[in-house]
Amino acid sequence: MRIGVVTFPGTLDDRDALRAVRLAGGEPVSLWHGDDDLQAVDAVVLPGGFSYGDYLRAGAISGFAPVMGKLVDAAKGGLPVLGICNGFQILCETHLLPGAMIKNAHRSFLCRDQPLRIENNRTAWTTEYAEGQVIRVPLKNQDGQYVADDRTLAQLEDEGRVVFRYVAGATHGPAGFEANPNGSRHDIAGITNEAGNVVGLMPHPEHAVEAGFGPDQPGEGTRTGTDGLGLFTSVLRSLVA
Amino acid sequence: MPRVVVHVMPKPEILDPQGKAVAAALPRLGFEGIASVRQGKRFELEVEGEATEEVLATLREAASTLLSNPVIEDVVALEVEDA
Repeated sequence: MRIGVVTFPGTLDDRDALRAVRLAGGEPVSLWHGDDDLQAVDAVVLPGGFSYGDYLRAGAISGFAPVMGKLVDAAKGGLPVLGICNGFQILCETHLLPGAMIKNAHRSFLCRDQPLRIENNRTAWTTEYAEGQVIRVPLKNQDGQYVADDRTLAQLEDEGRVVFRYVAGATHGPAGFEANPNGSRHDIAGITNEAGNVVGLMPHPEHAVEAGFGPDQPGEGTRTGTDGLGLFTSVLRSLVA
Repeated sequence: MPRVVVHVMPKPEILDPQGKAVAAALPRLGFEGIASVRQGKRFELEVEGEATEEVLATLREAASTLLSNPVIEDVVALEVEDA
């Protein structure tokens, strides 16, 4: 199974996403923002970073990159797409996912290990998890506050489209942000589209895929966390199924 | 060349962290009596040729497509300045 990872100017986490695909057992394929070509991949990851320097708004200019035209059409046709951090912002800017991200409510960049509850394990990217399971992955952003109008939030909740929700137990953070790291509405860390093939989240599962290089796992030791690998094994399984 | 100025502001119901940061800094510098601050963006677009109604319609579309994100921002003004 070939999983593409798009690199934009200013992308930071494309290498980690490619590595996560490899460790999960897939074939990683580098895609370039300026190419009007998805190279016949079976799924796509939009990785984190600061594409186009976050100029204008995070993800705004990337949303109109040549590769995105193809990707938006393919996603509407059912291609599994995962947007991580800046990738989530891009998915919102292209309206593949509803809502938008604004600056963290405490106005600071925040980097910590963040527990997330799996609210929906029926998407293309979450079938390897149990519903209600709490996973721990790194979080690092400045524009991470998920906002949407009340009608959209109600729709997301009613349709079970909140996939990841922030829960308490993070390593550290400003007072008042112990569970929810940025003021996101309804503690939303990640959502999916109606079909369940497009998923976006702010935290970084691709940084928690190999023991020795992941987040600290309480009770198990430093850098042992591999909770993020399940997203990548999930999509490989959903493609075979 | 006519210049078209586009003003974009965060929607009133959206918290504006940047405006809040500025509002918190003002009294520290001795600027008292400012109840609140909201921070937006100003775009200056130089138009080739005349700023006809047709050109302005295109710019309005650009303003709501790329210059602003309607989920979180409003285009509050789009006006032609003298060349």
